[in-house]
Amino acid sequence: MPRQREVSTERLRERVEEMSGEKLFACYQCGMCSAACPLTEEMDRLPSQVIRALQLGDPTVIESNAMWVCASCFACEVRCPKGVDLAKLMEALRQIRLRRSLDWISLDELPRERIRELPQIALVASLRKKAG
Amino acid sequence: MNAITYFPGCSLKDSAASFERSTVAVMERLGHPLEELPRWTCCGTVAALATDDLMHLVAAVRNFERAQKIEAEEIVAPCAMCFNTLRQVAMRVNVDVEARDKINAFMNEEEDYEGGVAVRHLLEILRDRVGWDAIEEKVTEPLFDLPVSAYYGCTLVRPSGVGIDDPAAPAVLGDLLEALGATVVKTPFDTECCGSYQVVDRRDLAVDRSLRILRAAITRGAAVIATSCPLCQYNLEEARRGALAEGMLVEATAPVVAYFTELMAAAMGLDEELLPADLRAAVVRSRETTPEGV
Repeated sequence: MPRQREVSTERLRERVEEMSGEKLFACYQCGMCSAACPLTEEMDRLPSQVIRALQLGDPTVIESNAMWVCASCFACEVRCPKGVDLAKLMEALRQIRLRRSLDWISLDELPRERIRELPQIALVASLRKKAG
Repeated sequence: MNAITYFPGCSLKDSAASFERSTVAVMERLGHPLEELPRWTCCGTVAALATDDLMHLVAAVRNFERAQKIEAEEIVAPCAMCFNTLRQVAMRVNVDVEARDKINAFMNEEEDYEGGVAVRHLLEILRDRVGWDAIEEKVTEPLFDLPVSAYYGCTLVRPSGVGIDDPAAPAVLGDLLEALGATVVKTPFDTECCGSYQVVDRRDLAVDRSLRILRAAITRGAAVIATSCPLCQYNLEEARRGALAEGMLVEATAPVVAYFTELMAAAMGLDEELLPADLRAAVVRSRETTPEGV
């Protein structure tokens, strides 16, 4: 149903722009964010490809692992020549999933010994980013 | 002089206890005693970045309300992560009246937060209020010839407008180390992410990032890596421990990871019990190899 898809595409774009406060079409795909990101090796899409997918309204971007690998280090944000805060776009994508109760991690799945040895700063940060 | 209102945060009371002990001791020695914010709570650990995610700002705002209650105009955090989270929230709720009203309505057991509390990192206080000269004056045992890598990580310098220094070329930590007499070792990884909270479910990833930071410091001869964040400290130590056990690093060259306040305590000749054994050994080693009269 192409018509329906068009609507949801538009809504994903709108939703992400609203939640992030960022303008998707400010990005001109220079790729600086992907060059700056320290964790691209682990991402199935590069940070710049995530923005491109959002510009095109590609709903499959929500299935990407990029936003879960992103550590909100803001290396992309300080280097973007167009002032796009990609960390906020990643957060919007995480929030869209988390608000549908699609948690990325669960405390129950972490071994008990591991939870005991991890400092609270790591546990609280991780759960706030990856669980709703 | 008015005491500084100090926000310790959870780590300094637990995994980073030596960060707190050394912080309190050096500020006392510098004549800027710290007074702990009454009834402080967790800062929230990470800043909520979605515009409509007000719920995750409440933890920080609650602390601003506690500061307002004692008429403190600012709170000072030594933990870079607390600092970053608190400052990001302050920058939002101090100007966004609508967001503040909603949060106040939610926190109905507290008085309303009216805005205006500033958040500063301890390094800003040292640079802007105490000054490097005053610090140098209190140095009784300079860290001569101790090569120290000034590791900033993310939260001291990013995002733009939040960090305490130039995100591309920060100087504050290096300047402090120089005031202590140390030799600053620069690496291309000074402001690279350590892997952060990814250590929880992607330990491999955090260890890999942290190993790169350690190796960059080793290549350039650093004996110590100075940190300001309990999570960086944990990740770097975790990577160091693992790499030593697997023979990827050797004890003789693997840098000791230490909080910047511990290095200050060492240079100010404060009680040796404040210093972790490995840092004390690194300082002693560097003194033994320093020629007379240097």
